[in-house]
Amino acid sequence: MKRVYPREEVCIGCHLCEIACIVEHSASKDIIRAFKAEVPRPTARNLVEEEGPVSFSVSCRHCNDPPCVQSCISGAMVKDYQSGVVRHLEGKCMGCWSCIMACPYGAIRKNPVRKTVIKCDLCLERPIPACVEACPNRALIFEER
Amino acid sequence: MRADETKCVGCHRCEALCPTGAITIRRNPSDFRDNALWTPWHIKNIYKQAATGGVLLTGMGNPCPYPIYWDRILLDASQVTNPSIDPLREPMELRTYLGAKPDAIEVINGDELKTAFTPQIPIEYPLLFSAMSYGSINLNIHCGLARAAEEMGILYNTGEGGLHPSLYKYGKNTIVQCASGRFGVHRDYLNAGVAIEIKVGQGAKPGIGGHLPGEKIGPEISLTRMIPEGTDALSPAPHHDIYSIEDLRQLIYALKEATDYQKLVFVKIAAVHNSAAIASGMVRAGADVITLDGFRGGTGAAPTMIRDNVGIPIELALASVDERLRQEGIRNQASLIVAGGIRCSADVVKALALGADAVYIATAALIAVGCTICQRCYTGKCPWGIATNDPYLAKRINPEIAHEKLANLIRAWGHEIQEMLGGMGINALESLRGNREKLRGIGLNEMELQILGIKHAGA
Repeated sequence: MKRVYPREEVCIGCHLCEIACIVEHSASKDIIRAFKAEVPRPTARNLVEEEGPVSFSVSCRHCNDPPCVQSCISGAMVKDYQSGVVRHLEGKCMGCWSCIMACPYGAIRKNPVRKTVIKCDLCLERPIPACVEACPNRALIFEER
Repeated sequence: MRADETKCVGCHRCEALCPTGAITIRRNPSDFRDNALWTPWHIKNIYKQAATGGVLLTGMGNPCPYPIYWDRILLDASQVTNPSIDPLREPMELRTYLGAKPDAIEVINGDELKTAFTPQIPIEYPLLFSAMSYGSINLNIHCGLARAAEEMGILYNTGEGGLHPSLYKYGKNTIVQCASGRFGVHRDYLNAGVAIEIKVGQGAKPGIGGHLPGEKIGPEISLTRMIPEGTDALSPAPHHDIYSIEDLRQLIYALKEATDYQKLVFVKIAAVHNSAAIASGMVRAGADVITLDGFRGGTGAAPTMIRDNVGIPIELALASVDERLRQEGIRNQASLIVAGGIRCSADVVKALALGADAVYIATAALIAVGCTICQRCYTGKCPWGIATNDPYLAKRINPEIAHEKLANLIRAWGHEIQEMLGGMGINALESLRGNREKLRGIGLNEMELQILGIKHAGA
């Protein structure tokens, strides 16, 4: 399956991938409205990790054998074996954070408002995920490996 | 978030990356009382020097409002007679061979060439990437330049900082430079490219040397330059073994010996008052290619007073050098490359018509990968990740993107050159080279026209 791969060597730590993710997952899909008018403001599903010159954008790896799915106590985290995407069904999530503990990549985040978790959905309705499209230095690659 | 405008250099980086287009960079309007003699530029420079006691430093090329002769030269086009040619339908030859050409050729048995040629370098476009050292710019840019040169069938120049081991594979498209500091020069380096350039002078700072500060000499640069980490890389003003044309000849032949006469030797000088006589000496000393770098040529660091006040315009130097070599009957013995302030394909066409075989571009190449000519190269903090080796900043150049943009620039200029040639009814660069009949001056005085060897528009 196609996944989003970060390239640390050219990531400039600009965080535009996070902004693109917020806008994509907002109700209006408009950057100004998403940041200024929408309450609560959508949370980015990716996170740029930085230390000194090293930076890269972390998002769900959509593992073949996902520890988050195994650890989920309510069946909210499911692996769609057709598309390969690990999906989060928010209605079933009870906010126990088990998946956050289990994820070896730190790719799952708390949704601070709804007391559920939030993770990358691979922008399934778009041909290319918003973060990949927004990266100004091609530090995110969407490809089959 | 707050902006500290006192530190803004006007690089436009924030403007380029702002996802909402909410940033516009404007000059701070605060000004001094009007004075035609004491401009804010001079006043602020004096403040700076009074505070530091130091030499004013700057980067990039001479920005002063001296005449730009490219803008006072117009090109010809065919009408009715000698019809124009459509490059999209008919072949249009841009390939150029660099190197010394024989005085005459001898053919035997009808079609067999008897005359032996010295090595020739074919380039697919009359454009080369000018010398920028590894150190002054970073490896990502060097990588982009090398890959673009390979794709487009042209050459790039290592500058005087040696050649990084990872770039030896681009040898077919590499000119290695041997400058006064001799950084990174060893047997394999000399044999790595297709040509060796002896840099005597640089357009941005004729007559002075270079200084790459010790803090920029990290492990990789130390290895490539063959100097200890953290030591200043000082390039002397002269080559300490070249004090005459005879000495230059010795070095040219030493390099030819070291490379078994397989590599071309370029000699590069800054365009100065007596360039024509020097160029004649360079050709007679055995240079295969002579490079002239005009006073608009860029640099990673130069004293401001030198950059802005020393040297002459490349257009005049080119015309006088080409004319002098023709008069002496030695123009065929060397190719002529010009550098320094070539901004667009029209400048290239004008340079070729004035007598150049090819042109070097560097500032234009850097602009292609983001440079906004903010002139802060000498600080080592290039916001676009070009003239810096700070790992945080250098990552801003993705060699892959740099490669594509540089190749696109060459491709685009190539198309435009073909269009202009076609318009003149010419289908090969060979027919344009030194063809000053295709040029007319506009708003130039008698002396300027005479030096350029062109007629005034309307004549």
